[in-house]
Amino acid sequence: MTLDRELMQTIIARYPRSRSAIMPLLHYVQSVSGYVTNEGIETISEILAIETAEVSAVATFYTQYKRKPVGEYHVGVCTNTLCAVMGGDAIFSALKDHLGIENDGVTADGKVSLEHIECNAACDYAPVVMANWEFYDNQSVESAKSLVDGARAGNPPAPTRGPNKLVTYKEASAVLAGLDDGLAREGVQAGAPTLLGLKLSKEGK
Amino acid sequence: MTTTQESAVAVEMITVVIDGFEVTVPKGTLIIRAAEKLGIQIPRFCDHPLLDPVGACRQCLVDVEINGRAFPKPQASCTIPVEPNMIVKTQLTSPVADKAQKGVMELLLGNHPLDCPVCDKGGECPLQNQAMSNGRPDARLDGYKRTFEKPINISSSVLLDRERCVLCARCTRFSEQIASDPFITLNERGALQQVGIYENDPFKSYFSGNTVQICPVGALTGASYRFRARPFDLVSTPSACEHCASGCDMRTDVRRGKTLRRLAGDDPSVNEEWNCDKGRWAFKYVTAVDRLTHPLVRNSSGELVQASWPEALAAAAAGLKGKRAAVLTGGRVTTEDAYGYSKFARIALSTNDIDYRARVTSDEERDFLAAHVAGSSTTYRDIDLADHVALVAFEPEEESPIVFLRLNKNFKKRGLKVSAVATKSSIAMDKLKADFIKVAPGAEPTAVASLALTAKSIILVGERASESAGLFSAVAVLSAKTGAKIAYIPRRAGERGALEAGALGTVLPGGRPVADAAARVDIAAAWGVGSLPSTPGRTSVQIIDALASKELDAVVVGGVDAHDLPAGSKALDAMKSAFVVSLEIAPSAITALADVVLPVAAITEKSGSFLNWEGRARAFDEAVADSHNRSDVRILSMIADAMGESIMLGTVSAAAREFNQLGKWDGARVQLAPVSPVAPKSVAGNQALLTSWRRLLDMGTLQKGEDNLAGTRRQTVAVISPKRADAIGIKTGQQVRVSNAHGSITIPVLVEDIHEDAVWIPRNSFASQSLVALDAVHGDVVTVVKA
Amino acid sequence: MSKLTPVLSAHWDQADSFTIEAYTRNGGYTASKKALAMDPDAVIQLVKDSGLRGRGGAGFPTGMKWGFIPQGDNKDHYLVVNADESEPGTCKDMPLLLANPHVLVEGCIIACHAIRAERAFIYIRGEVTHVVRRMNAAIADAYKAGHLGNGIDITLHIGAGAYICGEETALLDSLEGFRGQPRLRPPFPAIAGLYARPTVVNNVESISSVPAIINNGAEWYQSMGTEKSKGATLYSLSGHVNNPGQFEAPLGITLREILELAGGVRTGHTLKFWTPGGSSTPLFTDAHLDIPLDYEGVAAAGSMLGTKALQIFDETTCVVRAVLRWTEFYKHESCGKCTPCREGTWWLVQILRDLENGTGSEADLEKLLDLCDNIMGRSFCALGDGATSPITSSIKYFRDEYIAHVTNGACPFDPVKSTLFAGAVN
Repeated sequence: MTLDRELMQTIIARYPRSRSAIMPLLHYVQSVSGYVTNEGIETISEILAIETAEVSAVATFYTQYKRKPVGEYHVGVCTNTLCAVMGGDAIFSALKDHLGIENDGVTADGKVSLEHIECNAACDYAPVVMANWEFYDNQSVESAKSLVDGARAGNPPAPTRGPNKLVTYKEASAVLAGLDDGLAREGVQAGAPTLLGLKLSKEGK
Repeated sequence: MTTTQESAVAVEMITVVIDGFEVTVPKGTLIIRAAEKLGIQIPRFCDHPLLDPVGACRQCLVDVEINGRAFPKPQASCTIPVEPNMIVKTQLTSPVADKAQKGVMELLLGNHPLDCPVCDKGGECPLQNQAMSNGRPDARLDGYKRTFEKPINISSSVLLDRERCVLCARCTRFSEQIASDPFITLNERGALQQVGIYENDPFKSYFSGNTVQICPVGALTGASYRFRARPFDLVSTPSACEHCASGCDMRTDVRRGKTLRRLAGDDPSVNEEWNCDKGRWAFKYVTAVDRLTHPLVRNSSGELVQASWPEALAAAAAGLKGKRAAVLTGGRVTTEDAYGYSKFARIALSTNDIDYRARVTSDEERDFLAAHVAGSSTTYRDIDLADHVALVAFEPEEESPIVFLRLNKNFKKRGLKVSAVATKSSIAMDKLKADFIKVAPGAEPTAVASLALTAKSIILVGERASESAGLFSAVAVLSAKTGAKIAYIPRRAGERGALEAGALGTVLPGGRPVADAAARVDIAAAWGVGSLPSTPGRTSVQIIDALASKELDAVVVGGVDAHDLPAGSKALDAMKSAFVVSLEIAPSAITALADVVLPVAAITEKSGSFLNWEGRARAFDEAVADSHNRSDVRILSMIADAMGESIMLGTVSAAAREFNQLGKWDGARVQLAPVSPVAPKSVAGNQALLTSWRRLLDMGTLQKGEDNLAGTRRQTVAVISPKRADAIGIKTGQQVRVSNAHGSITIPVLVEDIHEDAVWIPRNSFASQSLVALDAVHGDVVTVVKA
Repeated sequence: MSKLTPVLSAHWDQADSFTIEAYTRNGGYTASKKALAMDPDAVIQLVKDSGLRGRGGAGFPTGMKWGFIPQGDNKDHYLVVNADESEPGTCKDMPLLLANPHVLVEGCIIACHAIRAERAFIYIRGEVTHVVRRMNAAIADAYKAGHLGNGIDITLHIGAGAYICGEETALLDSLEGFRGQPRLRPPFPAIAGLYARPTVVNNVESISSVPAIINNGAEWYQSMGTEKSKGATLYSLSGHVNNPGQFEAPLGITLREILELAGGVRTGHTLKFWTPGGSSTPLFTDAHLDIPLDYEGVAAAGSMLGTKALQIFDETTCVVRAVLRWTEFYKHESCGKCTPCREGTWWLVQILRDLENGTGSEADLEKLLDLCDNIMGRSFCALGDGATSPITSSIKYFRDEYIAHVTNGACPFDPVKSTLFAGAVN
């Protein structure tokens, strides 16, 4: 795949000043190459007319930008305190053993990569696992294993709160570059914990 | 000058109390600097007076109270300007500030290696010093220290030891704010944050050495100095840079007779605290080349053989005495030496045939120098006050880098408008967002005529203006019409001094016109001679022609590289049949054919001064004390003595004293006879008009022996326009051949913003020495084809 | 009468709540119509009168923030919405945007009108693909419906994993295409924010609260909450409780009340410690169950209301482990700009790790507290301060437990007992 410079220009056009586009452009590079390649950094440098060092300074600051390939399905296990205590540590440890990889590792088939992540704003669904940054709520060791097994087999389970089918890492990166994939209307509007207060209120509690 | 204008703006003064002492400082002064005024040193790392405040290291925390209200927590004194009714308590009077500072210092040291004994910075290290003055006496952080692979070469000149870095970001801020070269940046995040380059693009900034100098720890080191010395083994001498006319104040550090490093000096009116990498690192030429150690005299069988000083001086005197002789000095000699050559020509040789311009020149330029440059005083400060700066035949970053920094400062701080009349765009023009007035080589005068300047504007005109007929005239007319000041910026350090010293055929010392009888009487009286020759002297071109046609018998040559001259091989041919006395530091094509060769002192071995482009004296002492080599002026004086035509300049200080006593000419100046422009030659097909200038880092003689520096040169390229690239079917990076009847140059092409009729190549870069290879100058027709 | 007051969450139980159709059906985009007909200053006054305070953690009065924007200065103004929600425990904005992104769009329209901005940026964290889809679609649909594009535009900017970008000036640098490191202040964003133009930076929930205030009036909003903390807000309950989730209630409700609604702490267990507003807010214990959860009440008890992220930990949880993990988070997320935070978190983690492993000493506690003293209030921004909160507050309440690790030579807790799965078994 090659970078589509015309498309990159449309991303730049979203902003009053071109340099603001550096982050979506980096997401876009990941959507094409699966990670931030040197070609990506050099191309962004060229079209934004800034130095390559300035692009790599940004690319290395944010954890979602990967400087080496990740899996087709990038799995993040929340091990921040609350999720860790509620089972995130056990899940992460089990997945490492199950997949035979360490943190930031990729399975030999390139299908799954694993990362322990920080709080992902879904604490009422703890423990939380993200795959390509889609929510997998209330996970257990078993459910997390089925998630990665499904991913390796090419049929991962659908996210708890997300589209009907888990997209690939590159496809998710395109969404994060601000490109529409038409899946916004799929999936639930909310899970039960989100609705708990409303439900109780309607019950007069 | 501008003093009245400046004093008209009253500066509001503010009085604050720091540690119980009142101090009154201008509004806007930061607390940390107000404290300095009281002699109170607040420890700091990220703070640098020439960089924007950042408040990152948190070392300078102090307690602050304004109008009786205290800040709830200590504040970074490097970020807060003083205010009325402010009371500051530093570590000296506030236990809270003292603990905060000790706490920050402990954290800075926690991950810092204990490698001071092998660190270049040891002994002159702000971290070491301030840890002693403001740190805890004991260490209690005993876990794992952060380590990195060490060191990394971020360029061939600069190495980075990341584990030593305290992340003050001085280097990255310098590169971005001062040099506009953000090739080094902070990368990664948090505890892993580190300075770095993008892996494929090294730190090739002309100003990279400044980051080494301002690094408050030993994280950035210069490849040429690393592990070479301890600061306390060095003898430091204030010096001035010999590499260009910017006029940087410098410091030269010598150990046991050998220069080990040079640093930028602090002169707020000139280079502030910066210099360029050439000035910093190109000093090995003094020792790298095979220095001439003894006089040489050509014997009866035509061989150049070692001789004693008396023999050599006698031979020189005999060969010059009563002969029709001229003097050629390069632009590299000091003012005192130039004065020696000037006086030597007039008294010992009875001639005005002297020219310091060892380069492409014109008669128009000589008149312009006499009329508009000698005795003039446009300064860096004028750039600070200008409303508009026009660059004419001048590429500031390549040809006078500190002028570029000053322009850049004014562009960044106050949006200074810059216009450039040029054949091609440049990196500096991009950085300055200059209005690029694109012309064909030779068409500059017309473009200059239409510049909209005011009496507050400045025209910075380079020596290359001599390569376009009518360009100096156009500058003079524009200045007369608009009131804009002229600043002539030659490339070499000694040119302005040589002009003022009279090392030019039409000008006597102090800018006195040779043609003016009163001026001649002035100087003759001062020199104690009856009269001075009245015939205006030949130019360097005419001198070479006259040598070739045997109208001149002899020539004294000092500090000239034959390759500097247009038609250098012709000059060498002309000299072969003449009697040549060569004063040089090292063997050259000219010493090889000379009849008498007299070794002279290199810059570090002598005292003296240069006049920078402003006309400001930049004096220096000898840094290497025991070389036994002598400055040119001393040797000229000895030759003159041997000729029986004494010039009485036995020492540099005698020359300086005498030159300064002469003062400036206050009589009528030479009038510049306007020269009409010549239309650019027409080109068709593969033909193009050559345009060319020197890069800062190139094959220059004074850069010899410094391979690390050479590694940061900009790539040698030939620049053509997109239209021409299409026409010859070539893309950036492919090889192009630029040729004429004389020869050819084949180098990679860069397709860029350049006049369509033009092709640009560097004048003296690796694989592209245009004067030698093509014998062609600005505006000459060459052929450009895909190689 | 219910203690809950669903306003933001009122229609989340409709399956299509996130669509423009549902939002319009539920009365959406009437407030913006009303506000656009008002004088901008009157909108600011109304928001001031409502008493709405920033819901991102600091609680600064929203209307006052808007009022700081210089008017008639002939400069572009910007609204920037902070949707970077990353504070551990905080999980209100993402479900809000998943369920109803249009309320934020409408809030942006009103806020832009009030501060005379033609453009809003929504800076959303990057680790939430589906929320991004919903937000992007909502903006696109609002354009199609003509709510946007007529003088007010919204650009969605997607982050890439950096907690520090929740700090408003770091967020602005990030949005401008730089590393997300906090800026020196002054100048404050109201004077020189995005692209050095006057800028308001508000949290998602703050802006989303505005349409209801416009429609129902300041008095209605004032009628909820306490004296200085007006209105209703989302409390996010998580951790060792029987029923975690979002509870929209008037400010000033207590944890005891919320826990009652949620069916209490995990059955068979007791409350040990909790955060009132995310990990940067000093911990509370069961002694604080009746503290009114408003800005003043929580502050008076020695913590901060923060983001109202109520993370509940029962007696099976090792507080040292919890604090170590949070500290590792701060170390990971420290931007690196300033010494105390960058270097301090490096050492805090090591000391805490030794303590948790049982290889630490009692003296380490004093070292920890002294290091915290050298970080708190010494770092460039509040991240460093936040890093010290769990440590100092946990030592304050659970010093004995730290000591027990030392004397025991190991952590006395079984981590399995704290897990959700273990809880299910019990």
